[in-house]
Amino acid sequence: MAGAAGPGTGPGAARGDGDDSLYPIAVLIDELRNEDVQLRLNSIKKLSTIALALGVERTRTELLPFLTDTIYDEDEVLLALAEQLGNFTGLVGGPDFAHCLLPPLESLATVEETVVRDKAVESLRQISQEHTPVALEAHFVPLVKRLASGDWFTSRTSACGLFSVCYPRASNAVKAEIRQHFRSLCSDDTPMVRRAAASKLGEFAKVLELDSVKSEIVPLFTNLASDEQDSVRLLAVEACVSIAQLLSQDDLEALVMPTLRQAAEDKSWRVRYMVADKFSELQKAVGPKITLNDLIPAFQNLLKDCEAEVRAAAAHKVKELCENLPTEGRETIIMNQILPFIKELVSDTNQHVKSALASVIMGLSTILGKENTIEHLLPLFLAQLKDECPEVRLNIISNLDCVNEVIGIRQLSQSLLPAIVELAEDAKWRVRLAIIEYMPLLAGQLGVEFFDEKLNSLCMAWLVDHVYAIREAATSNLMKLVQKFGTEWAQNTIVPKVLVMANDPNYLHRMTTLFCINALSEACGQEITTKQMLPIVLKMAGDQVANVRFNVAKSLQKIGPILDTDALQEEVKPVLQKLGQDEDMDVKYFAQEAISVLALA
Amino acid sequence: MSSAPSTPPSVDKVDGFSRKSVRKARQKRSQSSSQFRSQGKPIELTPLPLLKDVPSSEQPELFLKKLQQCCVIFDFMDTLSDLKMKEYKRSTLNELVDYITISRGCLTEQTYPEVVRMVSCNIFRTLPPSDSNEFDPEEDEPTLEASWPHLQLVYEFFIRFLESQEFQPSIAKKYIDQKFVLQLLELFDSEDPRERDYLKTVLHRIYGKFLGLRAFIRKQINNIFLRFVYETEHFNGVAELLEILGSIINGFALPLKAEHKQFLVKVLIPLHTVRSLSLFHAQLAYCIVQFLEKDPSLTEPVIRGLMKFWPKTCSQKEVMFLGELEEILDVIEPSQFVKIQEPLFKQIAKCVSSPHFQVAERALYYWNNEYIMSLIEENSNVILPIMFSSLYRISKEHWNPAIVALVYNVLKAFMEMNSTMFDELTATYKSDRQRIWLY
Repeated sequence: MAGAAGPGTGPGAARGDGDDSLYPIAVLIDELRNEDVQLRLNSIKKLSTIALALGVERTRTELLPFLTDTIYDEDEVLLALAEQLGNFTGLVGGPDFAHCLLPPLESLATVEETVVRDKAVESLRQISQEHTPVALEAHFVPLVKRLASGDWFTSRTSACGLFSVCYPRASNAVKAEIRQHFRSLCSDDTPMVRRAAASKLGEFAKVLELDSVKSEIVPLFTNLASDEQDSVRLLAVEACVSIAQLLSQDDLEALVMPTLRQAAEDKSWRVRYMVADKFSELQKAVGPKITLNDLIPAFQNLLKDCEAEVRAAAAHKVKELCENLPTEGRETIIMNQILPFIKELVSDTNQHVKSALASVIMGLSTILGKENTIEHLLPLFLAQLKDECPEVRLNIISNLDCVNEVIGIRQLSQSLLPAIVELAEDAKWRVRLAIIEYMPLLAGQLGVEFFDEKLNSLCMAWLVDHVYAIREAATSNLMKLVQKFGTEWAQNTIVPKVLVMANDPNYLHRMTTLFCINALSEACGQEITTKQMLPIVLKMAGDQVANVRFNVAKSLQKIGPILDTDALQEEVKPVLQKLGQDEDMDVKYFAQEAISVLALA
Repeated sequence: MSSAPSTPPSVDKVDGFSRKSVRKARQKRSQSSSQFRSQGKPIELTPLPLLKDVPSSEQPELFLKKLQQCCVIFDFMDTLSDLKMKEYKRSTLNELVDYITISRGCLTEQTYPEVVRMVSCNIFRTLPPSDSNEFDPEEDEPTLEASWPHLQLVYEFFIRFLESQEFQPSIAKKYIDQKFVLQLLELFDSEDPRERDYLKTVLHRIYGKFLGLRAFIRKQINNIFLRFVYETEHFNGVAELLEILGSIINGFALPLKAEHKQFLVKVLIPLHTVRSLSLFHAQLAYCIVQFLEKDPSLTEPVIRGLMKFWPKTCSQKEVMFLGELEEILDVIEPSQFVKIQEPLFKQIAKCVSSPHFQVAERALYYWNNEYIMSLIEENSNVILPIMFSSLYRISKEHWNPAIVALVYNVLKAFMEMNSTMFDELTATYKSDRQRIWLY
């Protein structure tokens, strides 16, 4: 396979030997035939350089035929080739010669490997735009037809993606032929081809005349939507979105809705899943009237589908669905037709369903307003906040801000805070970690006063957690809080508590003090750092545990730049020098490092 | 696992990676038809007398009635509902199995549509979503079909029906048609290995008895495989389908039709690229070897195909490829061997020098195979130069002493085979090495 082309058949051999300027090109071309895949790949990636050096004519007459011949190669090489050729129009002499690129791409569009084929189709689509209308009919359309009637399914699959790019610029007679080819691919006996056709149906419908959409696309859509294979039927749902956008309400009702209704109740959960997944798009495409009459009942069914996958997909769409309802009468519809089903989902047996719901349910409060939120939604939020599954709880907590806007912080805090506090003390450290990550957000929403009252002690408690990851997260949490609430707050509430820990009998807690100082010093500024923090750090240089001492050295290095020169020279320097003589190797090392970084030597 | 108590579903699920195990522990891994919706209403069936208790003239009528009763489907995910009726259906199915096995003259023309209807009602269902995308068939327990107590008997009954001496394909083909087969093939995706095993027998019988469906069945299997390779990489029944194909290939007439050769080159060979190859490799290799035994001229495209898809990073797969290659070499004709020996031994030389000792070891085992040895001996003038530098280098450098020992044996064998060439190659190798030193 490698080196399929014998010596002397490539373009380089023609003249490259005698011409010094072409020597690098000859090397690249030799590499195109090398046995090592990597070298061939490198060479293909530089194909534009080769073409540029050869000039447009030799590229057309020598390079392209050579490439077309060597197409039986590793898929990796073919992929690179397919991609390169998409941008080759300029290198073969511009739009007038764009058709020269078709033969190699045609071969690439028939290979088995899907990625290569898809890339070839992508390049063909690109090149089709560069064809003149005449060239399009003379070269491109025949290629599409050849692919569409190929023996092996791969070429027919590729053809499906090419109809929509050549249709708009073709003459009427050719248009009819193109439609005919597309029709036959929609009923191809290979499911792979029908899938490809179904996935391009929407795109093709968009470039057709309205009459043809009604007379030809709709029947194809109906057929594909009732295909024997669910993998085909589900793709028809996608096409439904595009087709619906093209039709008037009456046509929609008569031509598309029966099929869509059927899809929403398909016996395969994959199809129903697809309907749920595309629900917002479908809703926009069919408009408000059909939404109310048809889609809402269908949505209710999807919300209580027997497969959790479908329910979860539908639950994800609850908020968007409600948002997109017409404002008039929206509240009533949601309250009467949607909310009862949501209430059921809150106690669903499947955690993915509940978690999907939790990720959007908070968004309903802005739509329903304060009173409804308090009366109807808050109980649901609370139930989800106490859910056994942490993902559900986290999804609720991370969206608190939208409820906050509607019902205000007092109301929210009274109802939700106990649940949050409970999570903050959870036995699983990953749950605690997740809650810590939401603290800055909560702090922002709740305000300083409320925070001090309810949450501050939690944040401090995490600093002495027995899991390092929690202590670490708690430290950076403090930094974010200080950024939110300011230095004065830090000085009064945080710093004293942190500094007390420097005397803790547990050396891990003493180190936490240092880590906090590292994190806080910058946010707190020079004055607090010098007056309150530095003395503590310096004092700790005499700690009996070496780990504490070398962390003192590291901390000094970290806070050094914030201090003024006097403090550095008079206080920090002697301590570091002393640590530099420490009996422990690591302490020495970090002390010396700090000395050199702070330029105190 | 069933005894896993319903511990307060605590928070360890937040670990993310433990999600699967938690799900597993909490619900007994079983599933049932996706279509099923519990209607909440209890199902009532009127008990019928036993077939053996009625005069034989009334038996056909009663047989039909019982078939109709068995079309009722129960919800097995709800373990408490309809217990009595579930038991009644089970015993009825049992009775039907016995009846169709023992009785003579029970397969009247009217029974065919009813049998097929009953079987279709029970076995054709949309398979539920797979429990997890990252389902690893080698590690994870398969999800078992909840309704198996009934389903097994339905399959059992259907197989007895197909195998019955009175069974007439000419009548049955009206009901067992392409659509039926298509639905049957889709069921091969079932996660329950017991079901796939029954399906295998069913499909095999249908392939054997319905000549008119054979081409269709092959084509649909083709489509399933192509979809598996190029689209989803997920289908549970590949091994079972390959097993059936193994015996189908065995029965192909010679010369092979173009369709069959295409199947080999465009479907079976690409199947080697799939990640989960280990689950069906034995069956796949069997099919390949069957083809080559039928038509040795296919050896070259097959081996070239394997070279093209040779695993680049997965040592485990490489070992499988080497195993398959040995099976092929076991049946290769010397004339075919000559055609592919160069690319083949270039690959083997690479495998022999693999730092992964299992790969190297598997390749070196070829030299324990007498037939392969004889082929190598006949062509030592071609193979020795390809293999030499790899072997020589490994004998000095491989980290694994067992590999080094094996390589010594191989080198010794080559030396005995063709000592003149061996000496020449040794001399060239050494002078090449020295030249590298000099520069």
